[in-house]
Amino acid sequence: MRRIWVLAAALALAGSAVANDIGQVKVTKGGVQVEREGKRQAATVGMGIRASDIFVTGADGSAGITFLDNSLVSVGPNTVFAIDKYAFDTTTHVGEFEGNLKQGKLAAVSGKMVKQSPESMKIRTPASVMAVRGTEFVVQVDPPSQRP
Amino acid sequence: MLTACATTRRPTGEELVVVLPGHNGKIGGVVVRSDGKENVLDSAWSASRIHSDWTPEATRLSQSDVKTAFATTIDALPGRPTTYLLYFLEGKDEFTAESRGEVDKIFSELKRRPAPDILVIGHTDTVGGLTYNDKLSLARAERVREKLVALGLSSERIQAAGRGKRELLVNTEDNISEPRNRRVEINVR
Repeated sequence: MRRIWVLAAALALAGSAVANDIGQVKVTKGGVQVEREGKRQAATVGMGIRASDIFVTGADGSAGITFLDNSLVSVGPNTVFAIDKYAFDTTTHVGEFEGNLKQGKLAAVSGKMVKQSPESMKIRTPASVMAVRGTEFVVQVDPPSQRP
Repeated sequence: MLTACATTRRPTGEELVVVLPGHNGKIGGVVVRSDGKENVLDSAWSASRIHSDWTPEATRLSQSDVKTAFATTIDALPGRPTTYLLYFLEGKDEFTAESRGEVDKIFSELKRRPAPDILVIGHTDTVGGLTYNDKLSLARAERVREKLVALGLSSERIQAAGRGKRELLVNTEDNISEPRNRRVEINVR
């Protein structure tokens, strides 16, 4: 079944998207932009996501992404979230996920890669690194100006 | 070393990490590394607050605090990837009476998902040869795929595959009629 997923993933993405997509936008609300190679475009439901994409949301924006290994990530309003690294082997389930929450809010549910190797998913923030051992969690990063 | 760090670091905004109760009740946890310290959050609502001078503080939040702060974000999480099973009559690509009764409910759940990616995998029991069962399992999967496409789901996003008798749900000897092995898995995300 795992091998079939590889084929299926490649085929499923053969339409509008491309085979190096690592996930897909499933939810968008309000202003959500995806920055890729220096260009910004509005996020749409069904849009393919690549490693190194950066999500930028406005004051009314939020978005949800499903990744190849079934990890789920959502971003809330006024958020900047970069996908620094993403790799997943659909046969062995070995992978690496490094997200960077520069500002704003994020919710995440870990997927198959963390089940295979705990801490293979990491979320960085300006002051910390969160290594995920398998769970659902939320993270918030306030802008520096808001500090007490 | 601490003083050296303190002189080079920029003050950041305050940060907060909270572990939620998992959907399946299992919590593997999150390890938060900050300021050279490690804080393991491994129970629901356990949290770490990282102050603007990078000092981490272990804490707990109430469910309502988390809801107030994160409702919009949590609401934007995509639907959980799910697997459904439908069962078939012996040697046929027709549903059992029981599965026929569940098809509509499953299909309407699939249709409610935004931009669903679906993988349909057919299986058989061990009655008959490999080739026969490979064909039968693929026929079962194709049958389900056709129904999904007929419902209006994008055919590009639905793949069908047959695994024959290679991946039994219930392990049996060869040539054993086993209703639980005559199935199609619908994996959606």
